[in-house]
Amino acid sequence: MSDTTQASPMKAADGTPLKKSLTRALRRQKLRALALIAPLLIFVLVTFITPIADMLFRSVENQIVHDTLPNTVRALRDWDPASGEAPAEPVFRALSVDLQVATELKQHTRLGTRLNYENPGVSSLFRSSGRGADKIGKDFQDRLAGIDPAWKEGETWAAIFGSDEWLAADAAWAADKSGSQPAFRMREGIDEALPLAAHAFLMFAKDAEGAGKSPATTKPWPVFSDALAQDLESNPNPDPAALPAAEAPLIAAASAAVAGVEPFSYRDAFLAMNKGWGEVGTWETIQAYSSPYTAGYFLNAVDLERSPDGIAVRPPEERIYIKLFARTMWMSLLITVSCLVLGYPVAWLLANLRASTSNLLMILVLLPFWTSLLVRTSAWKVLLQQQGVINDILVWLRLVDDAGRLVMINNQTGTMIAMTHILLPFMILPLYSVMKTVPPTYLRAAKSLGATPWTAFWRVYFPQSIPGIGAGSILVFILAIGYYITPELVGGTEGVFISNRIAFHISSSLNWGLAAALGAILLGVVLLLYYTYDKIVGIDNVKLG
Amino acid sequence: MDARTGGDAAFVAFEHVQKSYDGETLVVKDLNLSIAKGEFLTMLGPSGSGKTTCLMMLAGFETATHGEIKLNGRPINRIPPHKRGIGMVFQNYALFPHMTVAENLAFPLEVRGMGKSEREQKIKRALDMVQMGKFGGRRPAQMSGGQQQRIALARALVFEPELVLMDEPLGALDKQLREHMQFEITRLAHQLGITTVYVTHDQTEALTMSDNIAVFNDGRIQQLAPPAALYEEPTNSFVAQFIGENNTLLGTVQEIRSDVAVIRLDDGGLIDAKPVNVSRAGERTRVSIRPERVEFNKARLQPGAHTLNAEVLEFIYMGDIFRTRLRVAGNDDFIVKTRNAPDQKRLQPGQQIEIGWLPSDCRALDA
Repeated sequence: MSDTTQASPMKAADGTPLKKSLTRALRRQKLRALALIAPLLIFVLVTFITPIADMLFRSVENQIVHDTLPNTVRALRDWDPASGEAPAEPVFRALSVDLQVATELKQHTRLGTRLNYENPGVSSLFRSSGRGADKIGKDFQDRLAGIDPAWKEGETWAAIFGSDEWLAADAAWAADKSGSQPAFRMREGIDEALPLAAHAFLMFAKDAEGAGKSPATTKPWPVFSDALAQDLESNPNPDPAALPAAEAPLIAAASAAVAGVEPFSYRDAFLAMNKGWGEVGTWETIQAYSSPYTAGYFLNAVDLERSPDGIAVRPPEERIYIKLFARTMWMSLLITVSCLVLGYPVAWLLANLRASTSNLLMILVLLPFWTSLLVRTSAWKVLLQQQGVINDILVWLRLVDDAGRLVMINNQTGTMIAMTHILLPFMILPLYSVMKTVPPTYLRAAKSLGATPWTAFWRVYFPQSIPGIGAGSILVFILAIGYYITPELVGGTEGVFISNRIAFHISSSLNWGLAAALGAILLGVVLLLYYTYDKIVGIDNVKLG
Repeated sequence: MDARTGGDAAFVAFEHVQKSYDGETLVVKDLNLSIAKGEFLTMLGPSGSGKTTCLMMLAGFETATHGEIKLNGRPINRIPPHKRGIGMVFQNYALFPHMTVAENLAFPLEVRGMGKSEREQKIKRALDMVQMGKFGGRRPAQMSGGQQQRIALARALVFEPELVLMDEPLGALDKQLREHMQFEITRLAHQLGITTVYVTHDQTEALTMSDNIAVFNDGRIQQLAPPAALYEEPTNSFVAQFIGENNTLLGTVQEIRSDVAVIRLDDGGLIDAKPVNVSRAGERTRVSIRPERVEFNKARLQPGAHTLNAEVLEFIYMGDIFRTRLRVAGNDDFIVKTRNAPDQKRLQPGQQIEIGWLPSDCRALDA
């Protein structure tokens, strides 16, 4: 009642402000609740959120070109595909270094596989050129070693490119291999003075460290000589401040030797190795996929491709995904509708029969859940095939003659029948749980007001079962568009879904980026449908139980 | 009322109706009942007595196992519910939750193919009738129980049925609202002249609303009478016990003189009673007397009336009345209710008194 209680904040019994004390009490509760759900939260994060995020990332990720051919990508920036000619010498020089490094790291085949998705044939180009590029490097290495055998030693290269502190630490570590290996540190300014060679040595040092070896004592890559020659050719007098004093004369001698040699055409060398390097298309592909992120997988997933004139539709014989998406949607819709038509009366019976009868019926509905999916699908094969039970009965009944047996499997019919059967419980259960909450008095009330049984059902009962229809349809449809095993087993070629194609790219063609893009589109479609449903019917109107 | 005999004047008639759900026991046993046009009849009884089953048979949601139900002289056993034209109010109102109030009311008119303007006019009239004129656009979930009740009533009446059935329509309402609605329903029923069959297990509701009450027990009508007769002149012990509060004393008939029976109680005392269900001396009987008809002021007793000794066990002050519990003839639960008047004696526990009553208020019923 006194004014003081209103002026100063309320206090708890121990004198701390009431608000603070309440927050503290609640925080403990919250922490306890959090601890309780933590295992689940972690599980969901690890097994659900992370894979989805990873998939979405993979569908646009394209760092392999940029990481494997960094110098080539940089040199290629000024090339215009519209010129109709393969790029000029500088690009091939960069390619020579990049490809040799990639070959040493055994990454050139991976890059080839990646680019092969976009331009078939590139894979073999990279595989064969890996060996050829190595030979270029070997020639330069021999030539340098002819000037001074020191160029054959790893220590020479390490002394040029490693920082003094690192060299000391590495020598100490290499002596007794105790403690942790010092991480490679590059000499200040050397990446300006000898950029290509510095890059090659950096990759080399990382690779050696990864294998637990000292870069100084490891056999140097031939590419160093090639890169050094290129660096010295473009800049015969590198900044002396950046070079180590001991090796400066060595470099000067090499520079003099390079200046004296007649120019070597990398372009010709590569073209001699494989004509593919002279094709504009090859370079176009490399240029198009040189950025770390790409929409290429998505374009591919909707039957588009990059062309000199921008984005274009693929030739008709290569268009498969749009058709597959459309088929997946259409068949999922048909499956949903047939589940609804078959499931609605069953759910009604379940909700309205006596408890003992409806329990028995419920067991029959749930029975498929207790049988393996594979067994159920295989059972349909037995039933539906041309020499199967149904055809035999039809022939026996003389409804069809022996020659005219129905084709009901390995096509869309087979997928439809088997999937409707498998997904039926997912329609019945939400319908049942909603119908259970609709009291039978509504039907009686409608009849007492003069409605025929049909009007009473249609105007009174049906509208109240819509939340169940919505829930069941969403559930069945979403399950159906992602279904894989059943279409694979009974769908043949005409009845497969987009998910079968995704599985193919995951496990057979190993084009995970495209699989991720297809998956992302599928996810997007589901979310879009969900959003549309929410706008039209309202998601509050969905009851699962 | 001669309609009760089942003659042609009856608007609704049950003739030897039986109902069994399982083929082993009868839920309704040989029911005969006539309801006159415009009558407000209440079916009253404990749960499981068959009253709701009778109502459902009349509405057409259950079929009679045997016997005939006639509406306006026509047998309706084979007519489906939607063709019977009977209005019905359900226990939980059964307003369609996905329709507005106006749509709910329009429903019976639409299925009858009525035009829009006529429909709107009737809906307005019906809503005004239950004083809910402004609620046409609401949904049932947005209204209180009492309001929903009014709408359910309006919906049952909007298509102007001649017969309206109500299945414990006020069960879910609180006491005050229930009393108000009781009045509303009877007023409307009489004003519109519709025949009403009302099912309840609440005897106060039955007594205040009905023209006639049929007391159900064990699948049979125990007594069919107007409220006052039912309360004051129960014809058997079940009705006496079921309706209102009642004191019973067990005894044997000693003699019957014209309209007075002398009963020897089991503890030896003698009392006078009106013979109702007893016909000869020596018969066992259950004597029934209402708590408010017991007199302990000797001056008010008839000369020559038998009196009994009683011991006061408890005196409860209830404001408008006093409730005194006595031990009479071995019965520890003998209740006396007296009006709180200025000159009224307030008895003390332990006090010994003499009680008596008018023989006409004390009824000798079946044992």
